[in-house]
Amino acid sequence: MSSYEVNGQTVEADEEGYITNLNEWSEDLAKVIAEVEDIDMNEEHWAVVNFLREYYEEYQIAPAVRVLIKAIKKQMGPEIGNNKYMYELFPYGPAKQACKIAGLPKPTGCV
Amino acid sequence: MAPLDKNDDGTPKIGKDPLEIPKLACGASADIHTFEAAPEHNEPLGFPGELLDNWKEVAIAKMGELAEKNRAFRVYLDTCVKCGACTDKCHYFLGTGDPKNMPVARQDLLRSVYRRYYTFAGKYFPKLVGARDLTKEVLDEWYTYYHQCSQCRRCAVSCPYGIDTAEISMAAREILDSVGVGQKYCNEIIAKLKKTGNNLGLNPKALRATLDDLEEDLEDETGIPVKIPLDVKGADILLITPSADFFAEPHIDGLLGYAKVFHSAGVSWTLSSYASEAANFGMFIGSYENMREVSWRIRQAAKDLGVKRIVFGECGHAWRVAYSFLNTLAGPFDFLDQNYPIPQHILEFTLDEIESGRLKIDKSKNDEYVMTFHDSCNVARGSSMGREEGGQFEVPRAVLKAVCNNYYDMDPDTIRENTFCCGGGGGLLTDDLLDLRVKGAKPRMTALQQVTEEHGVTHMAAICAICKTQFSKVMPKYGYDMDSIMSVHQLVANAVILDGQETDEADEPVAEEST
Repeated sequence: MSSYEVNGQTVEADEEGYITNLNEWSEDLAKVIAEVEDIDMNEEHWAVVNFLREYYEEYQIAPAVRVLIKAIKKQMGPEIGNNKYMYELFPYGPAKQACKIAGLPKPTGCV
Repeated sequence: MAPLDKNDDGTPKIGKDPLEIPKLACGASADIHTFEAAPEHNEPLGFPGELLDNWKEVAIAKMGELAEKNRAFRVYLDTCVKCGACTDKCHYFLGTGDPKNMPVARQDLLRSVYRRYYTFAGKYFPKLVGARDLTKEVLDEWYTYYHQCSQCRRCAVSCPYGIDTAEISMAAREILDSVGVGQKYCNEIIAKLKKTGNNLGLNPKALRATLDDLEEDLEDETGIPVKIPLDVKGADILLITPSADFFAEPHIDGLLGYAKVFHSAGVSWTLSSYASEAANFGMFIGSYENMREVSWRIRQAAKDLGVKRIVFGECGHAWRVAYSFLNTLAGPFDFLDQNYPIPQHILEFTLDEIESGRLKIDKSKNDEYVMTFHDSCNVARGSSMGREEGGQFEVPRAVLKAVCNNYYDMDPDTIRENTFCCGGGGGLLTDDLLDLRVKGAKPRMTALQQVTEEHGVTHMAAICAICKTQFSKVMPKYGYDMDSIMSVHQLVANAVILDGQETDEADEPVAEEST
């Protein structure tokens, strides 16, 4: 188990850094997780994180990468909404790394 | 840990020969210890939540029970003559140089303990016969090295006695699970499948939403309303495909390929939200009970939906379970149409459509690719396809050659029955084993590099969700783009021309294939 320190509070996470209680997520926590992941959050990162959270709220699971990219493309244009750019934003993959920052469970399976 | 030979840019160094034997590096992967499962992962599978106080007695008894019930396992433990034929066959040995990753050494981790408690010589003269007591250190060593075996069975092909390390590795994991030491990756996933029907944890609403999105993509691309039906009662065909096909790239492109083929064939088909997973990780952990429970969902879905046929999508170990074990696990399938293979592989279906000329193909759509094919281990060494012996090698190649103009095989010692595991099979496709996965992919990457140099091969196709995810993750470490790995049905999807579909080059003739 690991944990994050944010605003004087300890937030528990699993061995891979995914928080265990999804209700403990906050934007400040996202910034702390992103720092550990070596990601400097900009407007584009936030667009992805926010979309993931909205999608999760509706469906209780993260969207397929393709669905995510299509949504970002609609929102921010094709220069940002494409696979290559998503991997530049989240080098460890838009599914897993962005989910971690968004406070969502890790996608499991052969993915 | 011994450092991996690396290039200046940090990528692993590839030699000239995929079979090159590394210098021995004792203990090189001794500290690779995949995350252990928590009680909430173990208990839903019927295992103790954590290490039992009397683990030693339970483990020894379990080993005896397995040797009694599974004659093959006992023969494998009894017969090894240390001839050495298997020593250089494992991709993890070739990638790490750790001698405990030699198949014979991996087997001996368990065999030495079996000897101590279950053979006359081992009971009374343990040192003379290399028998050892079961201690916590031994248990830890099992956990470490039996999670560095992808159960690919390449070593078994070379063994003159046919000893199958995969069976020993499965038994070892079963013993570990029985004392409360499970692997997080596999056990968390099996527990999730029991709740939601798939490894991802995708609920029916989310699955339908994803499929709606993909239908939109298909219509945008072709101008034709190609459907991806879910839970349609009375459909003829139930498609069982890995849930990665609903989530990851390039898997999804393969799913679009199946949809186009079914649409073109004019058959009625459906997915099931109850059995929305082809993968069966019960096999990886050697648990017959869990394997059966996962398989049973498929039977239940087929009955509930009233289908006549079951077709499997691109998933390597799922096809082994389906082809080799489904009937004993969840049969008899006497309620299905006996005129078709039970179950059938999507490649068999597609090849029939191609060979009959019903599927219209424009091969030139794939001219930007120079392809090769990675035989997935479980398909290659644990199943067959089509009507001829060796069909599991020929059917995928026949489909690829029917939809692509540029195709070359890799080194014969690395394909077909000699194929290497992708490096992520058997329950090792987890981020915490990434270093091992990169090393284990080295022989395959070396063979790929050879055909890239000789023939200009740009892309590799596979028919397994694990292979696809593994390669898209490790290929960039070897200097290939992550999208250099493709689904076979992705290439099919590119080349298929649906009835009524407007093509970019409407004036160009469309070739109808009949191989």
